[in-house]
Amino acid sequence: MLNGLLARKIGMTQIFEEDGTALPVTVLQSGPMTVIQKKTLEKDGCNHVQVGFEAIPERKVNKPIKGHYKEQAPTRFLREFEVENIDEVEVGQVFDVSLFSEGESIAVSGNSKGKGFTGVMKRHGFAGQPASHGHRGHRGTGSIGQCATPSRVFKGKKMHGRHGNSKVTQLGLKIVKILADEAVVLVKGAVPGPNGGLVTILKSNR
Amino acid sequence: MSTAMEMVEQSQLRSELPELRVGSSVRVNYRITEGNKERIQAFEGVIIGKHCGTRNNKATFTVRKVTQGYGVERIFPLHSPRIESVDIIKIGKVRQAKLYYLRARRGKAARIKERITARPSA
Repeated sequence: MLNGLLARKIGMTQIFEEDGTALPVTVLQSGPMTVIQKKTLEKDGCNHVQVGFEAIPERKVNKPIKGHYKEQAPTRFLREFEVENIDEVEVGQVFDVSLFSEGESIAVSGNSKGKGFTGVMKRHGFAGQPASHGHRGHRGTGSIGQCATPSRVFKGKKMHGRHGNSKVTQLGLKIVKILADEAVVLVKGAVPGPNGGLVTILKSNR
Repeated sequence: MSTAMEMVEQSQLRSELPELRVGSSVRVNYRITEGNKERIQAFEGVIIGKHCGTRNNKATFTVRKVTQGYGVERIFPLHSPRIESVDIIKIGKVRQAKLYYLRARRGKAARIKERITARPSA
């Protein structure tokens, strides 16, 4: 069995539990994933399964890419997943939300929203400087090192710069509900990325 | 909005509750849990505001009453399964969507006129 599933983040809403508790949930639209290629330990160095997600019309793909799909329909995304036993997976096999069950612990990974060029307070959680009493630093970095020794700034010093738009994995999430007919998964809490973004639902034992 | 989202949100809506209007005096029968016992607690007052629409799973309404000289306001999620029922005592004649002006009034000044509607012809 695969260790994960691709999905689109639709957005967040709330649902009521039976006892009336309102739960914040993220709606994920999953879909059938078709196995396109099997990678084996001997040939490729790892037991991975390459799957395709979201069908696209054939005119959208060029010949070399179409050749990779062979008999399978072309898809928008190609991703790899780990698999316990590569022999029980066949090319053309379809995986869907039945991979997961309600109440299961999962991790969701995706590309976070880009924040652009940000300062150190937002980017690294620095405290900044006092706002008043003659201070002029406010949201500045503060000291970035010592003086004549080492007379340089250490590599990897946390500074301002591009923030966000990087892969984020949110652990400790839980599946609240699965609507198998619509291939919709409701996850308690927030998942990384913008609405409409591609996310990966991973099995997790946290 | 996507259809998947609509479907999830629509599935949360309750349709059996009566139409709630701002200015109405209502009794909200709300299920509360004490320890492991469940009972129904009634909260009686005037609806002074509705929030986030009606056909929206996040919709809420605020009920205000005055108890022993202290104003008490309680916000109920409109579609919460904890609401056993809502009894409408009286429909008020009001011109505002939010009756926050009631907070500044006491006693007789805080009254709301009853809305007289034509009786449905039997």
